[in-house]
Order: sequence, then C-alpha cells, then structure tokens
Amino acid sequence: MGVNNPESIPIIEARSLRGPGDTDYLPLHQGGVLTTSVERVVHWGQANSIWPALFGLACCAIEMMSMSAPRWDLARFGAERFSASPRQSDLMIVAGRLSVKMAPILRQIYDQMPDPKWVISMGACASTGGVFNNYAIVQGVDQIVPVDVYVPGCPPTADMLMYGFTMLQDKIKRGVPPASDMRLSGRGV
Amino acid sequence: MAATPEDTLYALQNRFADAIGDVARFRGEVTAVVANDAFLDVCSHMKDELGYNYLSDLTCVDWLDREPRFDVVYHLTSLTDWIRIRLKVQVNEAESVPSVVSIWAAANWAEREVWDLFGVKFEGHPDLRRIQMPEGWIGHPLRKDYPQTQITLPRPKAEKAAPAGGYARPEQ
Amino acid sequence: MVTSETHADTMLLNMGPQHPSTHGVLRLLVELDGETVVNVTPDIGYLHTGIEKTGERLKYQQVITLTDRMGYLDNMLDELAYVLAVEKLLGIDMPERVKWIRVLLAELERISSHLIWLGTHALDLGAMSVFMYCFRERERILDVKESISGVRMMTSYIRIGGLMADLPPQFEQKVRDVLTLMPGRIDEYEELLSRNELFIERTKDVGLLSAEDAINLGCSGPTLRASGVPYDIRKTNPYSGYENFDFKVITDDKGDVYARYRCRILEMRESLSIVRQALEGLPEGPWRIDDRKIVPPPKDELVESMESLIHHFKLFTEGLKPPVGEVYNAIEGARGEMGFYVVSNGTGKPYRFHMRAPSLYNLQALPTMAKGYLVSDLIAMIGSIDFVLGEVDR
Repeated sequence: MGVNNPESIPIIEARSLRGPGDTDYLPLHQGGVLTTSVERVVHWGQANSIWPALFGLACCAIEMMSMSAPRWDLARFGAERFSASPRQSDLMIVAGRLSVKMAPILRQIYDQMPDPKWVISMGACASTGGVFNNYAIVQGVDQIVPVDVYVPGCPPTADMLMYGFTMLQDKIKRGVPPASDMRLSGRGV
Repeated sequence: MAATPEDTLYALQNRFADAIGDVARFRGEVTAVVANDAFLDVCSHMKDELGYNYLSDLTCVDWLDREPRFDVVYHLTSLTDWIRIRLKVQVNEAESVPSVVSIWAAANWAEREVWDLFGVKFEGHPDLRRIQMPEGWIGHPLRKDYPQTQITLPRPKAEKAAPAGGYARPEQ
Repeated sequence: MVTSETHADTMLLNMGPQHPSTHGVLRLLVELDGETVVNVTPDIGYLHTGIEKTGERLKYQQVITLTDRMGYLDNMLDELAYVLAVEKLLGIDMPERVKWIRVLLAELERISSHLIWLGTHALDLGAMSVFMYCFRERERILDVKESISGVRMMTSYIRIGGLMADLPPQFEQKVRDVLTLMPGRIDEYEELLSRNELFIERTKDVGLLSAEDAINLGCSGPTLRASGVPYDIRKTNPYSGYENFDFKVITDDKGDVYARYRCRILEMRESLSIVRQALEGLPEGPWRIDDRKIVPPPKDELVESMESLIHHFKLFTEGLKPPVGEVYNAIEGARGEMGFYVVSNGTGKPYRFHMRAPSLYNLQALPTMAKGYLVSDLIAMIGSIDFVLGEVDR
C-alpha cells in the first residue's frame, strides 16, 4: 500500500477477506505484516461470531434446533451461544408462523436487540405467510421487522437454513449494511 | 353403568323424556340433541349415574342458514366402559348455554375458545374472555360470515431510502 | 403453606411468550410469594393459526397438509387421526398392508416425539448432553421419513384411502438400523438420568396430579397414565390393526414429574417392540384401495382410459365427496387422546373440522399441579406435561 520499507521486512498485502473457499489468504509465518482495513477486520469478526437469539415459534424451530444438533452443527460457524436474552444477541432467526397476537412481541424483542442486528426469516410462513392466508397470520415478517435473508421451505431442512446462515455471513463480510440500518420495513428496496 | 351408547340413550330417554330431541346414529356413533334448559341436569346425571366422567371435546358448528344457528357439541367418554356419546345443544346468537365447568373442569378453556371463535355465551363460566385472539379483537373468526382471507394490516412507511447505485456487489 | 390471604404481597412475574423454557410461545403469569408459586395462569393464543377456518376452504385431501402442521412434533399421528376420521365418514376399510405400515410409522413417530421431549426436558433441567444425544438419534428416524416421502418433517405420507406410495426398497434396512441402535441409546439416557441424584431431586414429588383431578381436567396420555389411570386408546378402542400387536400399557401411580418421565421412557421401549413386530410381520398387498371415487387412478392408466381421466379430474377439482354426517375419531397421539371431529355436508370440502388437541387439556392441569412449588419446579412441570403449542393454539 505504498509504505517506505527501509529494513526490507516483507510486507504482505491482503487483497480481500471473502470467506471460505477464497484462496487469497497469504501465509504470515515468514514474519510478514498483514495490512488491511479496519472495516474488513470488523466485518470478519462480526460474521464469524454471530449469536442468534432464540425466537422459535413453530415447526421451523424444530429444524433450527436440529441445525444446532450434532449432525448439522452450527457451532462450527461461530454461532455457539444461542442466547435467551435479546440484549446479548446479534441475529434473530424468526422461525415459524407469526400470529397477529405475537406480532407486537416480535417487534419488542427486535427493538431490544443492540445494533448491529440482522434478521433471518426462516420458512415460508415467516417470509410470506406460507400455507396460511387467513385472519390470524401476518403475511410475512417483513411487515414488522426488516429482514436480511429469506430462507424458503416448509420447513427448510437444517442444511438449507445453514446455507442461508452462510449467505448472511457472506453479506456481512462484503460490507452490506444490515437491514436495520436502512430502516426499511416494507417490501422492495 | 351402561355397556353401549344405546343403553345410555335408553336410560336418558327414560329419565328426561322431553329434554332429548333428535337422535342420530351414524357409523357406530350415537348423537342426541338436548334441550337448553334441562342440559345441566342431563350432564350431572350422565356424570354421576351413567359413568361419563371424561369430557373428550367441546366445540361448536355454525349452520348459517338454519334457525337455531349454532350447534354446541359435547363428546363424552366413559372411562369405565370405554364408550363415547355425543350431545348437542342448539342455540341462537342471543341465547346462552349453561356452562359445564362445575361438572367437568376440562370445559374451562374449551368454552372460552367457543366464545372467542363463535360468540356463544356460557352462563356460569368463571372467566369468559378471549383465549386465542388478542384482547380487543372485534368479531368471531370461525363464524361462516367472517372473511376467509387476510385482513390487511396498515403498512409502515420507509424512513430512509437505499443509496443510489445500489450496494457493493461481490467481485466475481 | 399456601393461603389465600397472601394475595396482598404477591408479585406477578411474566414468563413471556419468548422464553427458552416454555417450549414455544406460551405466556405464563406467575403469582409469586417470594419464590413460591401461589398461582399460575397460562395465556395461550400466540400461535393461533386459524387452521380450522382454513380447512373449510380446502378439499379433504388438502387438509392433510394442514394437520401435519398442527402437532408438529408427531406429524404422522395427526395425519393418521384425520385420515382415519375421514375414512370412518366414508365407511371404507383399509387393506392389511396399509394398516401395518401405518402402525409402524405411527410408532416411529411416537419415539421421535418422545426423543424431543426428553431432549428439551433434560435441557431445561440442565443436562445439555442429553439434548444433543436425543437429536442425534432422531436424525435416524427423520432419515426413514425422508426415504419414504422426500420430506423430513411434514411428510403427508398417509392419505385417504391408503398411502402416498409404496415403501421404497431401502426402507427395511433403515428401520432395522433404528431398531438395532435405539435400545442401547435408551439405556444410555436412563444411565444418565434415571438414577442421577440431581435429576431425582428435581423431579420426585414435584408436580403431583391426582387421578381424579386428571380425569376431571380432561388430561390424557402419559400425563394421565402416570397418575394411575390405564387409558390408552390403542388398547381400549383399537384402530388400524392395533389389536394384532402385543404391547403393554405403561402406568405409574405416583403422578409426579418422575413418574411421567418413567412412563415415557418405557413407552419408547414398547414402541420399539411394536415397530419390530410390524416389520417382521408386514404383509404383502395393495398400498391403497381401489375405489376411484376416493383414490386417484395410477398415472399410466390416464393415457388409455377415459373414465380414469374423468375420475382424476373430478378428484382434483371437486374432491372426494363423503355422505352427509359427522364423525369423531380419536387415536392415541404422543401426548394423549388426539381426536378429529369432521362434519360433512356432501361436498368436497369439510363443513367443519375440529381437532381435539391433547395438549390443550393437559396444559389446563398446570395451575392445579403448580400451587405451592418453586419457580424452578414450574420449569420441570412444564417439561413433563409435554405440550405442543401448535396443537394448543391451532
């Protein structure tokens, strides 16, 4: 990055930190120095240690629990601690159908989460109302909270949800601001 | 103690001749329509004398074009003889049904649910308020004249627009 | 210990709908005197989905997909209850192979539901590894479900008039894997919990429910059987061929949380024995009935025969038409008496369909059980009732 180098210490420049599968990681074992931007390090840290808040509502919650179970272990992606308190979590996975009686509570829990916060809408019922188009189900959680990633399925299998989770990690590392920053609560950008 | 639902029906018809109305037998099940004013006596007789100590289910059916409109349906089971019988009470919108909470405590939430979703009042219920819908909901959803599909919720407005040119795209 | 005059200095604690231990969106209003529970009032309805209303505009075959989502931990038992109710309404009887396959799948589903119960109950009481083990075992059963229908949870495999398709060739091997694996694993869970002093301290003599209270409140399933009442619909009013199987009804006379735990663990073992019997004696034969007014014709016939085409068309546009009438059919679900009340007015859509949810009545017993105990005992009791809010709220 254009720095004077009087003592010939090899300076290794990191071009990108894009996530798994990226071959641009350079070895630092030769005593070199890694230069990057603070923003990228912060995003790398945020993406690899997301703590989800428990918001399992219905059937999708069981698949979410299966995702943290031994077969599809979510802890290896950094989401070790599913925190019960929203004040200590970054991500809210809305898993299941949101009824009209529960909608104000969803908003309250969302408001209690500190910034930056992300929302994954898991399943067809959370994304669009799903199978139930009637008086009792909110047709899409994005009418109440801004959503970052939509995972379709009824219920989505645990590996589908895990793919959605890694997609969110990718989004964070790329530097896309969380949907809460944009304060858009309706559909369409 | 009755051994089949037919015996129960026979015993009821002997004891409460004018309270038992239509009787239907379909696929091995016996249904009896009971008059509203004698219903509490019929129920206590069924629990104490005929051994129907278990209330399996309490629900309601809305027959929109019929007078009286609602059919409150009770499914009773006898845990000594393992038999079932169905009792029905027919009411209109303005009338109320005597509550059976004092006989079978299982009826508590079931009656609240019928009140919430159909609007049938139960006299003598300790705490008749909405159970499934939020407080302050107007209307009784499971009635046949309540709309089937979603009622539109007001949509919040966007406070900040997206940046011109979109967001950073991944370098492929 | 608990008197009614303490109402002036009690504190109202809200265990809100979002809580790690309430097993779903249940709100409990707990009135506390110090740490002792004076009264607890459950507030339900946070998952009310209007399934019964939606079912009135769908055809009988389509309602099977809704019943899956009502009790989402034991889906095939809900499907079975509904399909048996509609078949009773139609007045048809199933071939032997269909009955045996349904029993096999129902018992596997019961084991899967009890595994989730055990995992979450133990997790609430602090034994986190049991949660991981139970979910690992449950994946094997989900593999079986995926092999028959392609979906892990909401299979819609049991249809009116038979099944969705015949069993695939790898089904038998997968079920045998489950049968060889499970008994050893259940022994492991028992070793971790049954004689564990901490578990026994938290569950013995906690949440006592007497038999008359349980009967009066309409409880069923292990909640009732642990208080001494031998009400198991598989034995008292057998359905779908259960009279051909040899199994015991598990009861216990104490009525506390430990008794319910023991009942369900022993029920898991009985279910394994039923699955083994069903697998050994599975008869050959058709996997659905032949009546074209109820069951769609096989696809290759549609190319050749005009009547098959018309039957197919009618079934998928208007639906099958049962006679006018009403039925109530109850089966033994994983939580108790699961019944469906279906009213037909002769068209292809049910006029009214209602589910008798065992969890609604079991949950009503919570205030009776919880008076005079501590808040942490309340958590143990909630786990032991094993309710599913999808059923309670529908």
